[in-house]
Amino acid sequence: MTALLEVRNLYASVGDKPILKGINLSLNAGEVHAIMGPNGSGKSTMSYVLAGRDGYEITGGDVLINGDSVLELSPDERARAGMFLAFQYPVELPGVGGMSFLRAAVNARRLEAGENEVDQLAFVKMVRAKAGELGISDDMLKRAVNVGFSGGEKKRYEILQMALLEPSIGILDETDSGLDVDALKIVSDGVNMLRAPERTMLVITHYQRLLNHIVPDHVHILADGKIRKSGGKELALEVEESGYAGIDDAA
Amino acid sequence: MAATTQTIEQVQEVTGKYKYGFVTDIESDKAPKGLSEETIRFISAKKEEPEWMLEWRLKAYARWLTMTSPDWAKLDIPPIDYQDSYYYAAPKSTEKLASLDEVDPELLATYEKLGIPLNEQKRLANVAVDAVFDSVSVATTFREELSKAGVIFCPISEAIRDHPELVKKYMGSVIPVGDNYFAALNSAVFTDGSFVYIPKGVRCPMELSTYFRINEQNTGQFERTLIIAEDESYVSYLEGCTAPQRDENQLHAAVVELVAMRDAEIKYSTVQNWYPGDENGKGGIYNFVTKRGVCRGARSKISWTQVETGSAITWKYPSCVLQGEDSVGEFYSVALTNNYQQADTGTKMIHIGSGSRSTIISKGISAGKSQNCYRGLVHMQPTAENARNFTQCDSLLVGDRCGAHTVPYIVSRNPSAKVEHEATTSRISEDQLFYCLQRGIEEEGAVSLIVNGFCKEVMKELPMEFAVEAQKLIGISLEGSVG
Ligand SMILES: Nc1ncnc2c1ncn2[C@@H]1O[C@H](COP(=O)(O)OP(=O)(O)OP(=O)(O)O)[C@@H](O)[C@H]1O
Ligand SMILES: [Mg+2]
Repeated sequence: MTALLEVRNLYASVGDKPILKGINLSLNAGEVHAIMGPNGSGKSTMSYVLAGRDGYEITGGDVLINGDSVLELSPDERARAGMFLAFQYPVELPGVGGMSFLRAAVNARRLEAGENEVDQLAFVKMVRAKAGELGISDDMLKRAVNVGFSGGEKKRYEILQMALLEPSIGILDETDSGLDVDALKIVSDGVNMLRAPERTMLVITHYQRLLNHIVPDHVHILADGKIRKSGGKELALEVEESGYAGIDDAA
Repeated sequence: MAATTQTIEQVQEVTGKYKYGFVTDIESDKAPKGLSEETIRFISAKKEEPEWMLEWRLKAYARWLTMTSPDWAKLDIPPIDYQDSYYYAAPKSTEKLASLDEVDPELLATYEKLGIPLNEQKRLANVAVDAVFDSVSVATTFREELSKAGVIFCPISEAIRDHPELVKKYMGSVIPVGDNYFAALNSAVFTDGSFVYIPKGVRCPMELSTYFRINEQNTGQFERTLIIAEDESYVSYLEGCTAPQRDENQLHAAVVELVAMRDAEIKYSTVQNWYPGDENGKGGIYNFVTKRGVCRGARSKISWTQVETGSAITWKYPSCVLQGEDSVGEFYSVALTNNYQQADTGTKMIHIGSGSRSTIISKGISAGKSQNCYRGLVHMQPTAENARNFTQCDSLLVGDRCGAHTVPYIVSRNPSAKVEHEATTSRISEDQLFYCLQRGIEEEGAVSLIVNGFCKEVMKELPMEFAVEAQKLIGISLEGSVG
């Protein structure tokens, strides 16, 4: 069976500095994978490289969606091919109205799929409904994208976008950090609702508690640019108890 | 230009003719080439003007001859041969027509190519349109409804004949003939433009709108607009331009004068999209405009909103003279330059009245190899007790081969007056761009979104239907600026 997302011996550097040093991952449809790892180990870098961000040199390996290499695709093409990244630090877009931003994103996908643009009124209704489930107020929807949002609000807004765009691959970079207990529950419920047989998710986190809510099928430990160990959800508990020091190289 | 091309293609598809592209077939009778007293007499005679108007023009011409082209702007202006232009071109049939049915169908087709379907607009926008084709107004709509309200909205050439007392009193009262080189030139050879008079206590029942376009090759365009708002009246005026592709540079030197009396308000909005030249800097319009309004009465208000995306060179400073006590001046501007465009634009707020207030919000966007300069003067005169100004100038750079400049002049002769100035310069951040791309939005769309966001404060000042148009225009004008 072809993996939905496959990362094959991926090497990447910034300038002269190697950051990813041979990453291997295979995510099948329907699975949720968690990535844990110390600060600076390369988790965010990996998510950017997967999404095709400029400024990283791929020095080896490949990234495949459904068996096809996407290294030649631009970030927007990868996004339209089904990849979604919930940012660790969502970016503010001053003056850019939330609704028009969301609509532009949804329409870009629909156009690619040969569908018509969304009906404006129906779209607003749908956004409101999904936003409600994630505890996002109408007022927030009216504001400029991420501008003046609290840390937790920004994270919820990322999940709202994922819910609207319905990607086949969702990469969540520390979506739990900065969330209070209630928000964590809301966001996790939102993510769990998006679990589906045709979708895969890669959840980057530092905390086992997120994985109590979003129970992963696989857990990987990334350290110094490489997956050092992979296992089931119990691996996260192990990390919680003994830290990364106790993790040996035997993957 | 892509949108214009598209429009032509669409029209061609629908009609299957118009093989001439944008140059319509209408023969025009032109003034003799070049600028001289003879040319001015020709224009004046063509327009059947009274003697006083001719004298006024000749005086302006004499003044112009003694003046030199201003060189203080941050602009590189190629020398202009004023003898190599035509100063008058009119469609052949100039007799007044009762309805659009009587207008030359080819003329109407040209409007359509430009996306100015008069009939459509009448129904849709509740906007009265005084369309200027070349230099003579040929179709005026909604005149009746306006005249019921006592509003005069007509071509200025008509006002010269029908309302000489108003024209004599106000024309040149805000911008004297010798104000500057281009204003003097305009005063000598202006061919047409709009005249608006709002009587005391009247709120103009609709937005007034004019569409200008240049049609004849080598024909300078010298529009002259005069708007007078009597005590307690209100008017909102929209001006929009598009121009067809041309190889030779064309000079456009308009003059706009606004007069607001006690408690009157004039809102003047412009979307300017003259041909900017091609991506190599060839061709394009020179837009040297003098726009000024005077808030003559107490609590009067003048608000300029402009979205400037066109022209090869823009030299333009819509200004307010705040004479009345507690009068208010506003300037909201978006100036976008791409390729080899140059813009030197801003405003002057001259505070005379006590308690007068002004706000300046300027958003400059430079892309390609363009140069974009904000130049603004805030002048607090000794009488401007407790006057206030707030200025915010933001520049956004797209790419690294363009330039953004901010040149604020502040003169304060009254210690109780307060002037606040904020300025920022930024680039479209890679973070913002990547965030949009990651959501599946293509690069050009992403840049357009971010730039429109940057301009939001100004865009929201535009009347609704204009705002939508302006947003699209910004996206179109940025085409080719990324990647
Ligand atoms: N643009 C860059 N230039 C130089 N070094 C960089 C750049 N981007 C990332 N790095 C470095 O690469 C390493 C990995 O960074 P990355 O942000 O991927 O870590 P992370 O695992 O996401 O950490 P955290 O848990 O703190 O979010 C760090 O040492 C970081 O300083
Ligand atoms: Mg990180």
